[in-house]
Amino acid sequence: MSKFGFWLQRVTQVLIVLLLVTFGASLLLRLIPVDLATILIPNGSESEREILRTEIGLNKGPIGYYLQWLGNFVHGDLGKIYFSGGTETVSGHLAKAMPRSLLLMAYTQVLALSVAIPLGVISAYRAGRRTDRIISNVLFVMSSIPGFAIALILIIVVGVKLAWLPTLGYATYSEGIWEHFKHMLMPVLSLSFGLIATYTRLLRADMIASLREDYVTMAMSKGLSDRRILWKHVFRPSSITLFTSAALSMGGLIGGAIVIESIFATYGVGFEIFVAIAGRQYISLQSCVAVIALFYVFFNLIVDIGSGFVDPRTRDRRVNV
Amino acid sequence: MNSLLSIKDLNVSFDTPRGMLEAVRNVDIEIAAGMSVGIVGESGSGKTVLSRAAMGLLQGSNVHRTGTVVFDGHELTAMTRPEVRSHFGTGMAMIFQDPMTALNPVRRIGAQISESLIFRLGMSKKDALKRSLELLQLVRIPDAKSMLRKFPYQLSGGMRQRVMIAIAISCNPKLLFADEPTTALDVTVQAQILQLLRELREDLGMAMVLVTHDLGVVAGNTDYVAVMYAGQVVEFSPTTKLFADMRMPYTEALLESIPKIDHPAGKRLLAIAGRLPDPTDRGSGCSFAPRCRYSQAKCLEESPTLKTDPDGHLYRCLFPIGEAL
Ligand SMILES: Nc1ncnc2c1ncn2[C@@H]1O[C@H](COP(=O)(O)OP(=O)(O)OP(=O)(O)O)[C@@H](O)[C@H]1O
Ligand code: SF4
Ligand SMILES: [Mg+2]
Repeated sequence: MSKFGFWLQRVTQVLIVLLLVTFGASLLLRLIPVDLATILIPNGSESEREILRTEIGLNKGPIGYYLQWLGNFVHGDLGKIYFSGGTETVSGHLAKAMPRSLLLMAYTQVLALSVAIPLGVISAYRAGRRTDRIISNVLFVMSSIPGFAIALILIIVVGVKLAWLPTLGYATYSEGIWEHFKHMLMPVLSLSFGLIATYTRLLRADMIASLREDYVTMAMSKGLSDRRILWKHVFRPSSITLFTSAALSMGGLIGGAIVIESIFATYGVGFEIFVAIAGRQYISLQSCVAVIALFYVFFNLIVDIGSGFVDPRTRDRRVNV
Repeated sequence: MNSLLSIKDLNVSFDTPRGMLEAVRNVDIEIAAGMSVGIVGESGSGKTVLSRAAMGLLQGSNVHRTGTVVFDGHELTAMTRPEVRSHFGTGMAMIFQDPMTALNPVRRIGAQISESLIFRLGMSKKDALKRSLELLQLVRIPDAKSMLRKFPYQLSGGMRQRVMIAIAISCNPKLLFADEPTTALDVTVQAQILQLLRELREDLGMAMVLVTHDLGVVAGNTDYVAVMYAGQVVEFSPTTKLFADMRMPYTEALLESIPKIDHPAGKRLLAIAGRLPDPTDRGSGCSFAPRCRYSQAKCLEESPTLKTDPDGHLYRCLFPIGEAL
């Protein structure tokens, strides 16, 4: 199959996945055995509810409702948040929340990977020795503390006792880079601890497997230094799992960081979902789910493209499918 | 003899769950500059372990190596790893047994060849790539230029083997270990590769250790042969003399097992009956005794030591061929 054919097939797959996910979310919504209009505007009058029903298609069947929602969605209309009196839109909320979530995710990944990669390489190189044991013990402790506990400890120690960092809120770049990072540091730390442990272990296991390969002995026989062998010959073929897992956890960090975003009042997409659920804003929920699905699919595609760069063997394989 | 490589009383064992696996036992080998020595033996007899141990390429906490290896006047077994490393490429190099696994799957051929040139010879990247191209042409790879940009998975076994040879000879080593350089290949490619190695040896004057399980390969390509069995050298002699006057029953059996071209089709080729002894359980007596057609009661009790004929022919047998009982 040609490269074009491969991508055509890939894009079709992506579209089908997106349609299925969003239709599922919309169907779930319609399965709630109560009148949605009553829930969305509990204090509204019956005539106001009737207007709402026609506005968002609740008077149609599930498919008609979905198609109307989909039409609005692709035109950028993600629905309204009705408890505010219907003046606030979901897209408005997401426009504010999305950059926060994306930055939170990006910083978390950069931190987690830049700690985990050297740790994984060192502990594979020293496998079974003292350095490896110390690293693995520390990681074990790190991965057994849940993120929210780390967050609370950080708040108490760094935020309150030492008063080095603000414990709540968010600052944009325009409010000052320094302020921005001060607000981000603790949430990022809380989110990265578990990831560091996961990433390090993945990389360590794959590196140890690769170190046994003949091509490593071959590299040794060329007279290369251990450092060069580790980075140039072992790291890349061992990093596929790490890379895939990192890309997929990006989707999870957007919208999945509900607890941390709530604790630190970062108000990202996760928090937006929390608000939608708590305030029973199901239209907003449905649209948020769709947006997150979009990101998941996007990062999946990145894995597809990227793995060809990390391991060239997969390049031709996928063309041959 | 002015020796380039001198291996003395080399022993290698692996700590395995089943106990100590003695892969190489009391091996002594001397190799002079420019000389070609064959190492033959069945699969599992310890050929690969011997050549890797000689270079110090066996890694891991379960590897135990004793004995001395002196290369070009330097005692490798007494040196640190970086010191040993300084002899790789330019002093010793190795062609690995399996061309399918010995090249890095994610790096381009050009990078894998030029790497040695850059880091061992200090060439610039540009010069190294130019030299890599010449090396690929030297090992007769067609369309060498496009080969530089390819990845190993895009190459056939024979091409990979040639690439590996190109890498091994890139820094003009004084000694080349060729670990079954042709076993994975079909007969025509085999002949081409052996021819190539012969020419390279003539042109570059390098010594070679040619590892194989095929006595036929040894015949035209080596000056001396060491026959290995169960981790030991059981016979050592000049190649021509070995074929004319072999003393070791094992070598005889090995020779009989060579596939003949004119062998009647359909009839299975002879393998030596029986199997190698368990390498974790080295009992007393001759290790070949259970499979030896000349074995006597004494062979089960007494371990034969290496005997030397006046002409320097070595063998490890209590009742060697051609000796009146
Ligand atoms: N890293 C290792 N750990 C444990 N045992 C090993 C290791 N490497 C080799 N051995 C064992 O050492 C013995 C000799 O193996 P070796 O690879 O040297 O045989 P060989 O003569 O090269 O055989 P072949 O012709 O199949 O390549 C075998 O029993 C093998 O299982
Ligand atoms: S010592 Fe005995 S068993 Fe061993 S090879 Fe010689 S004759 Fe055979
Ligand atoms: Mg071998």
